[in-house]
Amino acid sequence: MKLTLHVWRQRNPADAGAFATYELEDVSTHMSFLEMLDVLNQDLIAKGEEPIAFEHDCREGICGSCGFMVNGVAHGEQPGVTVCQLHMRHFKDGDEVTIEPWRAKAFPIIKDLVVDRSAFDRIMHAGGFITVRTGSAPDANAIPITTENVEHAMDFAECIGCGACVASCPNGAAMLFVGAKIAHLGLLPQGQPERAARALRMVEAMEREAFGACSNFRACEAVCPKEISISGIARMNKDFRRVALAGPAPARGKRR
Amino acid sequence: MSHSAGFLGSTLGKKVLMAVTGIILFGFVLGHMLGNQQIYLGAERLNHYAELLQANQALLWAVRSVLLFCVAVHIVAAVQVWLRSRAARPVRYRVFRPPAVDYAARTMVWSGPIIALFIIFHLLDLTVGSAHPNYIRGDVYHNVIASFSQPVVALVYVAANLLLAFHLYHGLWSLFQTIGWDHPRFGFVRRAVAVLFAVLIGAGNIAIPLAVLTGVVR
Ligand code: FES
Repeated sequence: MKLTLHVWRQRNPADAGAFATYELEDVSTHMSFLEMLDVLNQDLIAKGEEPIAFEHDCREGICGSCGFMVNGVAHGEQPGVTVCQLHMRHFKDGDEVTIEPWRAKAFPIIKDLVVDRSAFDRIMHAGGFITVRTGSAPDANAIPITTENVEHAMDFAECIGCGACVASCPNGAAMLFVGAKIAHLGLLPQGQPERAARALRMVEAMEREAFGACSNFRACEAVCPKEISISGIARMNKDFRRVALAGPAPARGKRR
Repeated sequence: MSHSAGFLGSTLGKKVLMAVTGIILFGFVLGHMLGNQQIYLGAERLNHYAELLQANQALLWAVRSVLLFCVAVHIVAAVQVWLRSRAARPVRYRVFRPPAVDYAARTMVWSGPIIALFIIFHLLDLTVGSAHPNYIRGDVYHNVIASFSQPVVALVYVAANLLLAFHLYHGLWSLFQTIGWDHPRFGFVRRAVAVLFAVLIGAGNIAIPLAVLTGVVR
């Protein structure tokens, strides 16, 4: 099939950038979206032009590297998939496809479709961890936990940090990402010791970055390739409110 | 104190402020709508009710101050949150079609300011009387009928209350999320409560100008 692509091209962070149009004559419906771009890039290289830069690694929806806007929707219109899992059979002959990088102040563009998501890393460094005993492997099933909590924690743990939530939020907010991390660890027994400090530090780290605020638009939840629920945001709101209003617990148990 | 200052400085804290002031204002709007239903019971009943509300001036002004304070906090927090979000995407998308974003959520940004303007008009019309064609202090029944007999004014009231209903719907649903009320078993209750109260308040308010306009109440 024939496709017309409008792709954002930007040489470096300082470049103003612009859309370039590419006509593709013979796109196989068996290709994935990224393979379609690979073919186009081979063409561009053969012509001596700069190939389109985009991030990818696993190409099976588990690493969180890939991601850009396809016709105004993060990872394209198919629900529950990353753009590396998007297939060309969802397009039809003659379609025009606009491909744009995530646009958010907190995610500056590095080149073409590649954005700098280290804001997410800084939030993770602030509190996205638990304290564990190192050494030999612990006994299996040594820590009791309810089935519901396991299931919910695993649902939130699916977050691959791709940034689609921020990209799709009309406010450019990172609430779904941070909510997922706080809920994932906060639901597990192993996550309890740092639960309050985690909510405080991760939210504070989020606020230091240029993300927007939540208006409960729910676009994040709709585009999330892992279909993570905004109930994680409610949980973050609750955990953060409790610790932020109460302040840190005293370091000593003795009355002074 | 410093903890709560930090909390209120955060966008999450500002949303909680909006939720708490929103609950108080919501309570007022509900009471206001219910009290006004006495218009169907005739002039004497409505005017007597108005007299009752005016009886204790100290209490009246105390309530008014609380409401005004809530409105101010609600607006200031909304503007701050909105500015932050606007700054979060300085370069716009050429094509942007975020799915699932519903009408009520999208219109919050302008339903808020429009409702604020409407409240000012409403106060000048029926409380102060300066925007009223023939204001008689104390005769609330007459004032309402005279005001709503002007088709344009009646339509303004209808339109503003329609917007208010959307604003309340999204606001109510949102505040459960903001406060963190999210038990999976009661998830559906949040939306049902929001729809119920938005429709109740919207319909109760809109019925009055319509009743006057169609001559049911005169
Ligand atoms: S390349 Fe790994 S998720 Fe798409």
